[in-house]
Amino acid sequence: MPPESAALARPVSKPADRTAARARAVRNRTLLVQGCRLLVLAAVLGLWEWFARTGVIDPFNFSMPSRIWDQIWTWTAHGTAQGSLGAQIWATLYEALYGWAIGVAAGVLLGIALGRVRFLADVFGPYVKVLNAMPRIVLAPIFLIWFGLGPASKIASAVVLVFFPVFFNAFQGAREVDRNLVANARILGASDRRVTFQVVIPSATSWIFTSLHISFGFALIGAIVGEYIGATEGIGLLVANSQGTLNSAGVYAAMVILAVVALAAEGLLTLVEKRLFRWKPVQPGAER
Amino acid sequence: MTHDTSPAIELRGAGKAFRTPSGALHTAVRELDLTVERGEFVAVVGPTGCGKSTTLTLVSGLEEPTEGEVLVGGEPVRGIGRDVGFVFQQDAVFPWRTVLSNVMAGPRFRGAAKAEARERARDWLARVGLSAFEDRYPHQLSGGQRKRVALAATFVNDPSILLMDEPFSALDVQTRALMSDQLLELWAGTGSSVVFVTHDLEESIALADKVVVMTAGPATVKEVFTIDLPRPRKVEEVRLEPRFVEIYREIWSSLGEEVRITRERGAVHAA
Ligand SMILES: Nc1ncnc2c1ncn2[C@@H]1O[C@H](COP(=O)(O)OP(=O)(O)O)[C@@H](O)[C@H]1O
Ligand SMILES: [Mg+2]
Repeated sequence: MPPESAALARPVSKPADRTAARARAVRNRTLLVQGCRLLVLAAVLGLWEWFARTGVIDPFNFSMPSRIWDQIWTWTAHGTAQGSLGAQIWATLYEALYGWAIGVAAGVLLGIALGRVRFLADVFGPYVKVLNAMPRIVLAPIFLIWFGLGPASKIASAVVLVFFPVFFNAFQGAREVDRNLVANARILGASDRRVTFQVVIPSATSWIFTSLHISFGFALIGAIVGEYIGATEGIGLLVANSQGTLNSAGVYAAMVILAVVALAAEGLLTLVEKRLFRWKPVQPGAER
Repeated sequence: MTHDTSPAIELRGAGKAFRTPSGALHTAVRELDLTVERGEFVAVVGPTGCGKSTTLTLVSGLEEPTEGEVLVGGEPVRGIGRDVGFVFQQDAVFPWRTVLSNVMAGPRFRGAAKAEARERARDWLARVGLSAFEDRYPHQLSGGQRKRVALAATFVNDPSILLMDEPFSALDVQTRALMSDQLLELWAGTGSSVVFVTHDLEESIALADKVVVMTAGPATVKEVFTIDLPRPRKVEEVRLEPRFVEIYREIWSSLGEEVRITRERGAVHAA
């Protein structure tokens, strides 16, 4: 026995070393990537600031990072001309979320229905295509006329932007359900309704979730554009007012705030997705 | 009651033609005459693409015959029968359900209460040796384990007609032998009638009471052989018996010709 265990001990220690080395290499790479990311950001901001200060670019039109930062700080500390910054963010977020929820619900419902029922798809298919071909953002002024300056017009813009990508993904998801799974469910005794709810919808969820990521961005766009055209509050109005007073730093500051909001929402969505798709194999290296 | 004496499955001159995208009719199977007695294990062998799967879909009610009649328990098949179980060639377990939930699906679809469905599912999971895996998702299992989930999910419904479409063809040789033995054990307790489709002649002889050889496509029944090997059988052992080899030779002289025809056609198509 002893000679054997001695023989075994050596090859074990080597792979352990190698594993540690590999882990170290991975850590080093992560550090390097993140360091370079920071460097790029610092370089862009630094150059921007430098060019603006030395007059290479016109600071009045292009502003500069320090002024944008000051603007964000002023808004945070003293509020904006139209109320506190938090209230503006909340107004925009409220419209976007509301519109997103309606758009997603309608998109999923109609997508699954048309994907499942051939007749409906044949009847409504052409209309959906025509509506989708329209540049829907031009509807925003019309919604303003219909629904007024309040949140309703922004919600409507968000809905029309969100609906289509969600609809098409849900439709595709319902169409591409594994025929074997449907046949199996039917053999096991599932009714048509059960097949829809327990086979079609679960297998379409990964398609639907793909569209949820981009469509929240669309909802924000819809809300902002709506506010920009005419509103009493919101980040879009902040942009419009900054533009009206020729305050370019204000426009950029609003953009930065918007980006942060969008990223936070994206993070939240990813979290939900992870919980919902526990049944899926983790793809190696699928970090995003 | 005529039901009790009628055979489990009867095909009378059944045929199926599919409409191809170009609009032409493509005959998959024709003039099928086949009888499966109650409690009988029938294996169907034939060259690839000859129409074996199509035959099963006719019996299951997933597809309707375009010609002739298909009877199950003496009654013409209309839609999917409650007594039918089907194990598919490809994985057909639900990837978003856990192992336990997959096996519960059948009873739940058929209206059983959750507690009862769970109890029955646990019972069948124990019989296929997967009790310890009930919380896993299908992607966390091996191919053989997934197949056992599919078997449990089928057997839990107590089907009196069991249709199996090359269920083990994707497994490695050892797992396949293991699964075949397990299938025979599970089946022995149920008294159900089985139609087992395969392109593996050895597998068909080891499992079945009757081996049906089909012609090259469009398929019809060419010959039926009775397998008089005693049960219970162990597939690895029964293969070595002289009688097995004798039967194998006899059936292969019939099947080999059809396989050759199919292969030559493939060569013509490829050219
Ligand atoms: N849904 C379908 N539409 C058109 N042709 C089909 C369809 N299903 C099967 N076929 C054709 O019928 C023939 C028999 O197929 P199948 O029953 O799957 O063969 P096997 O199971 O013996 O390999 C093949 O030529 C196949 O192309
Ligand atoms: Mg087949």
